[in-house]
Amino acid sequence: MKKYFTNLNFSLGFALSFVVIAMAVISFAWTPYKPNAMNARHRLEAPSISHPLGTDQYGRDTLSRVMVGAVNSIVVGLVTVAIGLSLGVLLGLISAYYGRWADESIMRFSDLLFGFPAILTAILITSILGPSAINAMLAIGIFYIPVFARLTRAVSMTLWEREFVAAARASGASEWAITIRHILPNILSPLIIQGTIQFAVAILAEAGLSYLGLGAQPPHASWGRMLNEAQTFMDISPWMAIFPGVAIALAVLGFNLLGDGLRDTLDPKMVKVR
Amino acid sequence: MVRYFIKKLITLVVLLLLVSITVFSVLYVLPGDPAQIILGLNATEETLANLRAELGLDRSFWVQYLGWIGDILSGKGSWSINYDMPVYDLILSRLAVTGPLALMAMLIGIVISVPLGIYAARHQNRPGDMIVMFFTQLGLATPEFWLGILLILLFAVKLGLFSAGGFPGWSVDVWGSLKALLLPAFALGVIRASILTRLTRSSMLDVLREDYVRTARAKGLRERSVVYVHALKNALVPVLTILGLQLGQLLAGAIIIENVYYLPGLGRLVFQAIGQRDLPVVREIVLFMAAAVIIVNFLVDMAYASIDPRIRLE
Repeated sequence: MKKYFTNLNFSLGFALSFVVIAMAVISFAWTPYKPNAMNARHRLEAPSISHPLGTDQYGRDTLSRVMVGAVNSIVVGLVTVAIGLSLGVLLGLISAYYGRWADESIMRFSDLLFGFPAILTAILITSILGPSAINAMLAIGIFYIPVFARLTRAVSMTLWEREFVAAARASGASEWAITIRHILPNILSPLIIQGTIQFAVAILAEAGLSYLGLGAQPPHASWGRMLNEAQTFMDISPWMAIFPGVAIALAVLGFNLLGDGLRDTLDPKMVKVR
Repeated sequence: MVRYFIKKLITLVVLLLLVSITVFSVLYVLPGDPAQIILGLNATEETLANLRAELGLDRSFWVQYLGWIGDILSGKGSWSINYDMPVYDLILSRLAVTGPLALMAMLIGIVISVPLGIYAARHQNRPGDMIVMFFTQLGLATPEFWLGILLILLFAVKLGLFSAGGFPGWSVDVWGSLKALLLPAFALGVIRASILTRLTRSSMLDVLREDYVRTARAKGLRERSVVYVHALKNALVPVLTILGLQLGQLLAGAIIIENVYYLPGLGRLVFQAIGQRDLPVVREIVLFMAAAVIIVNFLVDMAYASIDPRIRLE
């Protein structure tokens, strides 16, 4: 454990992500005010002792909403990475093992996905399926499939040529057993590193979608949507436009640094795939 | 080279074909009947059926697809339901906003990132490098639309130097139009600069370790000419390729920032068209953007292969 915390990136990233996760966890049990409780007498207030981050146009407490927004962002990160990992790793393993047409078609499929401008396609998907938090996650998660597929393929292709795999083969292990017992454990650390980084990217992407009104729907708090609402009241209450953005930037910075720190410590030689 | 070129060209064509089929079929299953949208809710079943026949919506999927592709290839394109004009003209008029915006953003990105990247590489692991790297991390974590909002807050709301959005149009006011693009281009450019700075730095570090750089130093050349004449030229090759890719992405990626600044660009057009179910517009712009990305990728591949023969042999 010590080797992780001597790494500056890791320590800083760990601290920031810890704060974000803690904020989300605490919000289940306690928030200063109910996040959706309106209060007409305290609209558009600047930060004060009773409302540390101010209030919005309905008099809702910004701190409470930022805390609940953290839950939204973390769920988005988890679900999108889960979609990308589950399907991407499977396709990547198939691609590396079977080669030929399986490899060719999986790689062309990922070229196809990469060809589509990500934001535009995500907007398209969410508006076809209807704007909601779940559809936003789907729209982002789909683009993670080729990311993890390429990574898995690149790393496991080199593994199939290593001696310990040849040895396992010689001792009569089936291809499937080799994949589970030898290939998977060895691609774990690059996957964890990439997963952390994609987690951060997902938070950023979801913020963009919900800014456009295509993510979590009101009255649910999401950081991107809060910024959208803030823009209308910017000249009266600039505070509204500050704190949700700070929350996004700190969360993304945290998970990015965590990913970099893990890369430094877990796997200094890791091949970078897109 | 010729064999490599042909192989890549075939892949390009196949990919474009697949993209066009995907775009078409995704929008084919989109809920919402275009005829209903044009005629409104009170239209009778008979007029609806007539309009569907007129628009060709009653024909099979492949007939419609081939008709669409034929129109695009022949330069005719489709017709926008909402704007009642050719989609090609719409795209061109909106490209007059998004194109300059993307170019300005790239320019701002380069001006910031190349000197910073060189500086960071020459001061590797020293405080200056660490500060630059920290700011690039911050840039990577900042949503560009939030930076856009902050810039409006500072320059429009507080200082009153810029308007908070909108676009006067090139034919009305050239200077005003440039000014309207400056803040959004800055927001996009600063964020791009984070990636480009990191890239310039790492590429510069690679090059500075090369033998020919050592030779140049051993010859007694001044450090400045070693770095800026010998090393920089080679270090910028990977940076240029990423620039190419970024430009393609920027055309599409400006959607959110165009919405922040109410710019009548390509992104805002397609965003509104999706909401209005103006399928011909959505279809053609998505195809156009995806094709731009794919073709730029192809050109970058070609440029790389002509510089580095090892790539063609793979």
